[in-house]
Amino acid sequence: MSEMLNEPRIVIVGAGPAGVRAAEVLVAAGLRPVVVDENQRAGGQIYRQPPAGFVRSKKQLYGSESAKADALHHTFDRLRSAIDYLPETLVWNCDGQQLDLLRRGQQQSLPYSHLILCTGAIDRVLPFPGWLLPGVYTLGAAQVALKAQGCVIGSRMVLVGTGPLLYLLAYQYAKAGARIAAVLDTSSFSGKLRAAPDLLKQPLTFAKGLYFLAWLRCHGVRIVEGVQKIAVSGEQKVEAITWHKNGRAETLECDAVASGFGLRSETQLADLAACAFEFNQLNQQWLPQRDGAGRSSVKGVYLAGDGSGIAGADAAELAGKRAALALLEDLGQSVDLRETRRLDRALHSIQGFRRGLERAFPAPVEWARECADEEIICRCEEITAGELRHSVKQAGTVEINRLKALTRVGMGRCQGRVCSAAAAEILACSTGKSLAQVGRLRGQPPVKPFPVAVGVVQNSVANSEREIA
Amino acid sequence: MSEHLSAEVVIIGGGLMACSAALALRRMNRSVLLLEQGWCGAQASGVNYGGVRRQGRPPIQLPLAQRSHAIWQRLPELIGSNCEYTISGHLKLARNEEEMASLEDYRAQAEEFGLQLELLGRAALRQRYPWLGDKVAGGSLCAGDGHANPRLVAAAFALAAKRHGAIIHEGTTVETASFDGKQFTVRASNGLEVTAKFLLNCAGAWGAAFAEQFGEHVPEYPIYPNMWVTEAMPKLVEPNVGIVGGGFYARQVARGNFVLGGGRGTGQLAIGSTRPTSASMFASMKMAYEFIPALQNALVIRSWTGVEGALPDHQPVLGPSATTPGLFHAFGFSGAGFQLAPAVGEVLAELVVDQATATPIQAFSIARFSAHNRGS
Repeated sequence: MSEMLNEPRIVIVGAGPAGVRAAEVLVAAGLRPVVVDENQRAGGQIYRQPPAGFVRSKKQLYGSESAKADALHHTFDRLRSAIDYLPETLVWNCDGQQLDLLRRGQQQSLPYSHLILCTGAIDRVLPFPGWLLPGVYTLGAAQVALKAQGCVIGSRMVLVGTGPLLYLLAYQYAKAGARIAAVLDTSSFSGKLRAAPDLLKQPLTFAKGLYFLAWLRCHGVRIVEGVQKIAVSGEQKVEAITWHKNGRAETLECDAVASGFGLRSETQLADLAACAFEFNQLNQQWLPQRDGAGRSSVKGVYLAGDGSGIAGADAAELAGKRAALALLEDLGQSVDLRETRRLDRALHSIQGFRRGLERAFPAPVEWARECADEEIICRCEEITAGELRHSVKQAGTVEINRLKALTRVGMGRCQGRVCSAAAAEILACSTGKSLAQVGRLRGQPPVKPFPVAVGVVQNSVANSEREIA
Repeated sequence: MSEHLSAEVVIIGGGLMACSAALALRRMNRSVLLLEQGWCGAQASGVNYGGVRRQGRPPIQLPLAQRSHAIWQRLPELIGSNCEYTISGHLKLARNEEEMASLEDYRAQAEEFGLQLELLGRAALRQRYPWLGDKVAGGSLCAGDGHANPRLVAAAFALAAKRHGAIIHEGTTVETASFDGKQFTVRASNGLEVTAKFLLNCAGAWGAAFAEQFGEHVPEYPIYPNMWVTEAMPKLVEPNVGIVGGGFYARQVARGNFVLGGGRGTGQLAIGSTRPTSASMFASMKMAYEFIPALQNALVIRSWTGVEGALPDHQPVLGPSATTPGLFHAFGFSGAGFQLAPAVGEVLAELVVDQATATPIQAFSIARFSAHNRGS
């Protein structure tokens, strides 16, 4: 520990917009951070790069966002010699002093003095009839298929759910030449109108959203707003989707469905790093506490980007810079106060826009009440909504970790990353409590499954240290 | 805000010992009030490995363990569920002749308490359990032992006790307990005050702190057993598996997951402060893999630990207080209380109702630490 105090060992987890901009600030200050990333190449989810050798241009891949993607990728390329970069590396544990890494099939430990967590987000998954049929994807997964592999998920696809990603993905897929049978939006047009004042706080982003919508309509993509009671059907795989609007049912044939109901922050590492959490009304999620600059409750641990509250890629770039500047301030270095004030103002304005987005694209409020008893909520452990409700009724369960202990919900391979949002909604609805009151699913390592074979042959800490340094 | 309640018996703690005592007392028609700082059975009782074994226990524990074994068979009628209790057998492995000899010695001792063990040499063992790795020298099987799901057992005892009329206050942290010569007064941080004729200290890792309030010093310390679980795998291993020296333990549940443990995690003596350590997981992984090579294809999906009270001689404190009439202790089970708990509950109820129990528990008396006691 003592040598760390002399020379900070800064580790950035995630090489998306937040992580790259944080690294840029630290390198400019003469520091050499370690950047650990799960992906093959930098860019995160939003600016994900295809494997080397793929031929689609950035314009094709990222559309209107290509300039930003390009700038971020170039920044990272420039930084490469000034940082230690560990791609294709899963951070599966954090014990408060070091990270455990799974890298190229090997276990490594990475001690740190400072940690910037830029862990990104995952789709909010709300099960509906047929959601486990082959051919149903999350919006995020559908985006990975397109960006990383140049694949479409089907030849006649339907996008369903809520949130800006719904339209962005439809636009990206349509631009790539995919046939989109419909975009089904569970939020309503009137809600979007009510949100307009807040959305206008980011006029450019708002305009871009309108542009996607207009472009899709122009190109004959059917858009239905205010849909309810989504159900996917098929024998072995997706064959059709049914929904209700204004009390009338409609069915459409399709061979793939991408669905998502907004995004959720990936907070597992902040949890393992012992950061304090608080319930965030805007995100409807328990999030690690942070100050405006990104300092968590734990000294030396910083948070930036969608991993600590959804605000989008532009905000993530700003927050990454801001967190790195906070870290420099905490190291006693002088920072440009005009720059920190500029970042603070910009981040503040984006928060207003974000409030508008939540109002425009609310998660379906009736979902938990309408979800049928036989619906599987936890697909790893095959736990149904009915089993969760039974635990409430029979054992008086009112808290989410208790629900996990008694029913096994969230105990499988995903450790609740996919199912905990839906499980908490069911619990809150069945007990008449708020999401805040039913609590937060406490995380345990590994963040993602870890092979026993790797643990059996793992090298000593000393060896892995040398390899990274 | 303060609230005053009274009962014949007040129980500090909501672990398996406490819940089983609450049920046993209700079945003997005694009024019971139980105070738990978190949720019933959410600490060591709920997050332990889940072994239900007599084999390997020191002979002084075997009468209690035998009594408990009989109660485990009646779980459905007693608490309305078998809590995934499975009589799978418990297989204790030996790596060499020396360890094998220790298993032979133990078999002779266990036999005196009516516990039948079957010793198997290397060839017989590998023939019966073809999944075993080749480092094994032999083993001892206790066919009547098994395992159960700890997440369910204490919660089910708590629910059953409640159904039988026990009053249970969860989220109620007891701060002080005292005796005025006639009755006990227990005060909790939420303003609740309880008076009772009898007090059961079932506070687990926090047990010594309450004993101290009655002038009884017990050198209890917290331990954090380190455990992990794999994704579901094809059914392969039937018995609950352990090894001489205890480097690892493993069981495969009906759903197919392997639950394993060995070594220690870390923590402070507070709810939510415990954490597993990678080093302990790797050490037990290496060892378990040598004896169950099929694990090499498994993925670990979770690791965890919990806080448990231990004592230097690895025996619990169980029985009457040495200073205070009407106070009974049951804590410090040193990582081996799960199987014993149903009998401990009955013993505590007998101590309250009859002032005596037929089950020998003298070896667990708190008085054994009086040599260490500080002057009064």
